[in-house]
Amino acid sequence: MKIIVCAKQVPDTTEVKIDKVKNTLIRDSAPSIMNYEDENALEEALRIKEQFPDSYITVISMGPPQAKDMLEECIAQGADEAILISDRELVGSDTWATSNVLAAGIRKLSGFDLILTGRQAIDGDTAQVGPQLAEKLGIPQVTYVKEVTVNDNEIIAKRTLENGYETLKLKTPCLLTVTRELNQPRYMTIKGIYNVKNQEIKVWNIKDINVDLTEVGLDASPTKVVESFVPTSKGKGTVIEADSAKEKVAILLEKLKEKHI
Amino acid sequence: MDVWVYAEQRNGELMSVAAELLGEGYRLSREIGDRKVCAVLVGGNVSHLIDELYAYGADKVYILEDPLLEKYTTDGYTKVIANAISEYKPEIFLFGATHIGRDLAPRIAARIDTGLTADSTSLAIDEQDKTLIQIKPAFGGNLMAKIICPVKRPQMTTVRPGVMKKKERDDQHKGELIKVPCNLDSSDINVEVVEVVITAKEQAFSADADIICAGGRGIGGTEGFEMLEQLAQKVGGVVGATRAATDAGWIDAACLIGQTGTTIKPKIYFACGISGAIQHVVGIEKSDIIIAINNDPDALIFSVADYGIVGDYKEIIPEIIAQWNLEG
Repeated sequence: MKIIVCAKQVPDTTEVKIDKVKNTLIRDSAPSIMNYEDENALEEALRIKEQFPDSYITVISMGPPQAKDMLEECIAQGADEAILISDRELVGSDTWATSNVLAAGIRKLSGFDLILTGRQAIDGDTAQVGPQLAEKLGIPQVTYVKEVTVNDNEIIAKRTLENGYETLKLKTPCLLTVTRELNQPRYMTIKGIYNVKNQEIKVWNIKDINVDLTEVGLDASPTKVVESFVPTSKGKGTVIEADSAKEKVAILLEKLKEKHI
Repeated sequence: MDVWVYAEQRNGELMSVAAELLGEGYRLSREIGDRKVCAVLVGGNVSHLIDELYAYGADKVYILEDPLLEKYTTDGYTKVIANAISEYKPEIFLFGATHIGRDLAPRIAARIDTGLTADSTSLAIDEQDKTLIQIKPAFGGNLMAKIICPVKRPQMTTVRPGVMKKKERDDQHKGELIKVPCNLDSSDINVEVVEVVITAKEQAFSADADIICAGGRGIGGTEGFEMLEQLAQKVGGVVGATRAATDAGWIDAACLIGQTGTTIKPKIYFACGISGAIQHVVGIEKSDIIIAINNDPDALIFSVADYGIVGDYKEIIPEIIAQWNLEG
């Protein structure tokens, strides 16, 4: 089975700091990591390869040159091949343009059966690139996948809903976006780390994937970010001071009554 | 050139977010001036929902009915909605940021080659050019981004459930019904829905609740959530949780509030053992009153709470249960 994993290097949003004067992200404040749900996508690919040992796993990513670090980790975890699509012209691509880039990169490969990717990336939280990529490749999709079963060319996927889940059946080729519930990603192996030395990360620019600036990059993107700002908080309230839990709660309820709640 | 709203229904019941989007769509359509707000209703047999959509403010209802649309599939729903967009050319199209809305909207946007903003928390119309201004959180809620879609149409966005305000229901209000032919064939649908399982526990969480009793990492385990459940029963509320608590498996993921979970605006929000990470705070800041209970006096949650109690929730919550004497 030919499996493609789409992965993104992201700033760890739990660590990021904001320049409150410029209203921008302080890039160096947060370490770059592999997007969590993309780790689950790679893990699932590795598990499918254990089930079908003649599988071949290609990880593909769009990003700046330093995203090679993430792709090397993917090789160390067991991916067979990794490709970085990197070009200055791609800066500012929205999800429509990004899915064009990934679709073009994937078309350059020699076919595939299954595409796995994270449900969404923690920097933008859009959850759009998976479905948009599936549309551009003309294949069916299942999003929010928490369980996958592969039987030859048939995929059975459990998709989480807000109040339950649904079980869906579809044929390959198809695309699944996965959640963290799906599995527990493994660590790099010694053999994998050794493989990194022998496995060159391919880097493609926009000419390599045959796209032009009507399809990719800032100008081609239908949506534009015109401004960013720091969210305002409600402002500090009152911390209730008293000696005992009982008294604190009594004061709290008194205050709520004053507010006619 | 109207404002369209995806009237998401599941199993023949309208999702609350559909009415919220109609309320917002109504406001936007009047702000542009002389435009209509239209509900797009898709399903197998859903005509019983038309009056409800009128009652929540729909000027028009576009109904797309076909037996093949009985259950939601990305393929079937994308095809019929994308065709309707090409036919009627709406100016704006709003989708609820539900698991289905976030599956469907990007697929449609890609098919018709327009832009899509994810999970807007606030919308406005530009005074000069009447385009849609969309505000959404980014980088885990650390920044807010203002996004526009200047050229392509419709301007599309998903909107989180619980953020927008419904219009008051008016059962006298009627609108215009437009039946849209679906021309759907079973070969259009490449995914088979084997089963849909609704788990009772998850249904209990309602973003519409007036009082929400939420717990975070500081709750420490399932026993703590049982205590929150007792509090919720006493005050007439529901239990919610942060990602730390849902990831730990202490409570179902459907109870997740905040970034990528549900946004809420209850009258009272109890934040128990919640540190106040920005991802969570963006989901709760529209609450009327936030009450924080945390044993760490430096917890960030105290900077957004209206009332804070520094202490062990295991002592404070039983006191609230014992002393609670407010009307629901």
